[in-house]
Amino acid sequence: MEALGLLMHGFAVLLTWKTLLLMMTGLVLGIFVGVLPGLGGPNGVAILLPLTFTMDPTSAIVMLSCIYWGALFGGAITSILFNIPGEAWSVATTFDGYPMAQQGRAAEALTAAFTSSFIGSLVAVMLITFLAPMISSFALRFGPPEFFAVYLLTFCSFVGLGREAKHKTVISMSLGLLLAGIGMDTVSGQLRMTFDSAELLRGVNFLVAVIGLFGISEILLTMEERLALRGHAAGISLRVVLSVWKDLPKYWVTLFRSSFIGCWLGITPGGAIAASFMGYNLAKRFSKDRDSFGKGRIEGVFAPETAAHASGTAALLPMLALGIPGSGTAAILLGGLMVWGLNPGPLLFVEHKDFVWGLIASMYLGNVVGLVLVLTTVPIFASVLRVPFAAIAPMIVVSCAIGAYAIQNAIFDIWLMLGFGVVGYVFKKIGIPLAPFTLALVLGNRAEDAFRLSMIGAGGDLKVFWSNGLVGSITTLAIVLLFWPVIDKAVGSVTRMVRPAKA
Amino acid sequence: MSNTDIEIVVEDPTAPEADSPQMASVRVVDVVVCLLLLALALTLGYDNWRTGAGWESTGPQPGYFPFYLSIILGGASLYGLVAAFLSRREASESFVTQAQLRRVMAVFVPTVLFCLATQFLGLYVASFLLISCFMRLVGKIALWKSLLTAFVFTAAMFVTFDVAFDVIMPKGPLEAALGR
Repeated sequence: MEALGLLMHGFAVLLTWKTLLLMMTGLVLGIFVGVLPGLGGPNGVAILLPLTFTMDPTSAIVMLSCIYWGALFGGAITSILFNIPGEAWSVATTFDGYPMAQQGRAAEALTAAFTSSFIGSLVAVMLITFLAPMISSFALRFGPPEFFAVYLLTFCSFVGLGREAKHKTVISMSLGLLLAGIGMDTVSGQLRMTFDSAELLRGVNFLVAVIGLFGISEILLTMEERLALRGHAAGISLRVVLSVWKDLPKYWVTLFRSSFIGCWLGITPGGAIAASFMGYNLAKRFSKDRDSFGKGRIEGVFAPETAAHASGTAALLPMLALGIPGSGTAAILLGGLMVWGLNPGPLLFVEHKDFVWGLIASMYLGNVVGLVLVLTTVPIFASVLRVPFAAIAPMIVVSCAIGAYAIQNAIFDIWLMLGFGVVGYVFKKIGIPLAPFTLALVLGNRAEDAFRLSMIGAGGDLKVFWSNGLVGSITTLAIVLLFWPVIDKAVGSVTRMVRPAKA
Repeated sequence: MSNTDIEIVVEDPTAPEADSPQMASVRVVDVVVCLLLLALALTLGYDNWRTGAGWESTGPQPGYFPFYLSIILGGASLYGLVAAFLSRREASESFVTQAQLRRVMAVFVPTVLFCLATQFLGLYVASFLLISCFMRLVGKIALWKSLLTAFVFTAAMFVTFDVAFDVIMPKGPLEAALGR
């Protein structure tokens, strides 16, 4: 059990007053961000990222991941008390959470949501603890062709399995890849697409784009909506917490099922939203008393929350082990790694043991501390919503600008951020997904480098991507996933043609 | 827990009216975006073709990937253009109503002015101006509350970034006069 020893070492790294203080700060900021309308996990992490630029990488990642856990916890508060899902993956939580609040069982619903989030994350973190080192040590044997194949698989699965219109996913992804290519070509040193502009020489920074796409555009979108809200206030007493916890073992099947779904969907890209709905629907389908769902059933809170958090946490597994983010937030954390001078990928486990195990240990600790913190401070955070949006909006704009500027100390980046804000606003409204864009922007250069290095190694022969069983099967799988909708349709029509003949 | 009554109520007096006339349909915006993307694809495609988009003995030239990506982007936008023209659903959907646009502009215009001000006055002065003016003029919040909030927030940012974390922000004449 080498992993356990390293994990203990990770805890030792963490248990200093400074780190614990950073954790608490991160959690409070995160819950704050999660509760505020129009802000959520990825936005919060993107906006608060510059705070961490001058810290050492371990403190920085501890604080950032705590912001993330905090935001996940915070989303549940608004879903249950106000029927406003802070995030797309909290939508399923409102189905039973809000009715419970209406019946005066808000405290119960909140306890259920926080506890199940905690369980979901815990399962996923355990998975990471034992699986990530294995995958990364396996991936150490990867050469450029294998890495390119894995990148290709990530891109293709977005196009093939995404729920948005295919051409819109393709637009979003190719645009991201193109923007990633602006600036100096890393293999030959030649300039590309800079149009002789000194500002474009630096290229389009990923974090600047993300702050614009998720921060600025979200404010524009939020302003469009009616911001009036009516909600229940709730304080949680120890008695309620204990009574909910006493009943927990009764729901172990639901909790286990949702954790499993969450972990599975979290590792594949873009899963948290799907996971929460799937968790909810399966809990409903397997329930003996289906009609009581949607009317304030505690299982209806357990199921989606567990799944969403398991998946949000599991999304960090491919990021740590392979350098491929499983979600938007993971992509931003990955961007952070690069700013702190760490090279994401399997080598991380070898070269930066302190960092990796510090992060994993902080996931355990952050969730425990977070659970206690939210259970005790819900009333304070619920009243944050009383602060008028007119006061919050300009503060968010300022934080975004600070973030965008701090990355490369360039005024041009503030304008770029503004431009991306408009792009994000328009894209969201016409249904062009932003996740593939983000992913393409952060992985674009690495994917191209991997491809060109393997080409140099193979003398320009494309057959290198089928040169051994491993790389061949990944590449083939990627191509199958890319054309999955077509294949699915073809298989469907064949079976339909066969079936009437049999009947 | 016995209190079932609603306890937190926040009103939004300047909310956009629901019956406001529509400014543009989703279809119109979709078509415009596709045309813009097409133009971008053509520009980038041409630039990369000039850089060299061929295949050498050691693999692709620098412009190879971006060139074909431009073609993919162009193709997808062309498809999107046709799809948007044919889509009845998008034609009936509203992209933005007049009242919504007014509200969006109420944030967007100050943000642009803020970016401009940052360039000349430095970030801290600009952020004080943005927060106080926005709260007072858009949010209709009492003047002293607006000024106080803006001052506290800006000062907190200054202490956090400039003093505690050493992250240097753009500065203007005021900071120079104060010797920072």
